[in-house]
Amino acid sequence: MKIDPGNLRRLLGVVLLVAVLALLGLWLAGWTRFLLTVALGESLAVIGVALLMRAGLVSFGQGLFSAVGAYAVAYGMRLWGIHEALLLLAVAVAASTLLAVAIGPLICRYRQIFFAMISLAFSMVLYSILLKFNTATGGSDGMEVTAATVLGYHAAAKALAGVYYYLTLACFGVALFATAAYYASPAGYLARAVRDNEIRLEYLGASVSRETFRAYIFAAALTGLSGGLFALAVGHVSPTLAYWTKSGEFLFAALLGGTSSPIAPVVGTVVFESLNSYLSAYLPNVWQMALGAIMLAIILLMPRGLWSLYERFSARHAA
Amino acid sequence: MEPLRAILGEARSVSTPVLEAVGLHKRFGAVIACHDVSVAFDAGELVGVVGPNGAGKTTFVNVVTGYVAPDSGYIKYRGREHSGLTPRTAVTLGIARSFQHPQLYESLTVLENALIALAVKERRHASWRPLKQARALQGASALLERFELGEAADVEVGQLPEGRRKVLDIAMSFALRPSVLLLDEPTSGVSAAEKFALMDTVTGALAEAQMTVLFIEHDMEVVERYARRVLAFVEGRIIADGRSADVLGDARVRELVLGVAEGA
Repeated sequence: MKIDPGNLRRLLGVVLLVAVLALLGLWLAGWTRFLLTVALGESLAVIGVALLMRAGLVSFGQGLFSAVGAYAVAYGMRLWGIHEALLLLAVAVAASTLLAVAIGPLICRYRQIFFAMISLAFSMVLYSILLKFNTATGGSDGMEVTAATVLGYHAAAKALAGVYYYLTLACFGVALFATAAYYASPAGYLARAVRDNEIRLEYLGASVSRETFRAYIFAAALTGLSGGLFALAVGHVSPTLAYWTKSGEFLFAALLGGTSSPIAPVVGTVVFESLNSYLSAYLPNVWQMALGAIMLAIILLMPRGLWSLYERFSARHAA
Repeated sequence: MEPLRAILGEARSVSTPVLEAVGLHKRFGAVIACHDVSVAFDAGELVGVVGPNGAGKTTFVNVVTGYVAPDSGYIKYRGREHSGLTPRTAVTLGIARSFQHPQLYESLTVLENALIALAVKERRHASWRPLKQARALQGASALLERFELGEAADVEVGQLPEGRRKVLDIAMSFALRPSVLLLDEPTSGVSAAEKFALMDTVTGALAEAQMTVLFIEHDMEVVERYARRVLAFVEGRIIADGRSADVLGDARVRELVLGVAEGA
């Protein structure tokens, strides 16, 4: 199949970004690299949230799918004895996608606050299940995720964090390119069309529910992958992944970065995770208040997120 | 309606009408917005729909395009009966509409609006190939040129003046290449100076396409100039249907629709 010139440009952009991040991985200290591993993995969930926001859907329960992805990895190891990271991640994506296919037709009938609430409800149901069925799920302690092989390569304990960084980076690159291609595709535009005007979409002969369902499934797959990467990198899963504050963090990061470009939520996540770590280190007593103040400032001054700074900058230089 | 038709002596073609409403009835509470309406349209007709406010013109369009379900009655499209229509199934059959208040994608550009309409028409919803690929761009540019929107292609729709929004709204419905196109007040909200230019653009674009076009219109000058056949609605009923000069000259139409008392 011939690659479209637009997609080739997007592919090159992603490859360039991944290459820079790969070099950065050689240079960063262990704990900052770990921070970046977690942030890049989490950014896929935030991309999922942003992707839904483009279709006018605000998910307050995206943690549902990151928990499903993370627990799928844990169970894949424990029940089926899978120790290959790529297989485990495939299980994570498959599990979250299947769940989205099952509950999507119900959830995608709702909009605005109703969509937010019903997505929140589903994630809290999973949270309760993970918490209460402790013989099967480990309850509030969660489950351990031991070291996995990557493409059959069994890394030594010391090198594992580095291997996981590059594994995360590779998955991140693939997911980012897929998102960029989706945003540029008819389906990506139709999702924006849903947000702008549902009546017109139906009168063009397209189905609003089919377009939102497509976005919902794509977001779930990205978020499941994000959860799987988190489980591997951190080596532990717990019910808090499905708790509403986790979904709130995804939303926070999406608003912080913006939704106009696939890279905007990534910027939001990296900034959010850094703020989280540094603020809690330097302002141990008031860091949540500081985070709130920053959120307020972003909403008031940059309602389209940090990425709007870049857009304004490039628009001025283009003119 | 048939008697009036006979009186007016309109020649009816023997071929199957492209669109036929049969006994459409719709009540909203105490108001009967569509009172047992039966009417047929042939391919390529250009029909003006007139009537005072609340006469049921827009309800007729809403029922025919499946936005509102009738209490009774059905429509026939190319001789086949259809009930339980939705806007989507109506469009799939070949019945499209424009809106009194243009329904557009405000945050996107004029070109992107056109591209989306064409992508849906060509059933490329699920394609992973970009929306803006060479062939699609050509098609969208041609569509915009046809409706004289070419120079506005990169303007965000939210920034567009009302007249252009109206035309884009019609262009997006036209992009679906329907057999029947219903235009809901194409010139409302457009300045008197622009009205004829807008209608020239629209009728010019539609002329070669052999579409059956119905347009709801309050401006009788526009109706007289563009419609070959006119339907007059009053209180949910069609009180006159025929050649435009005959209908606009009919005493009841003059009194009830135009508000001109006989002998005045």
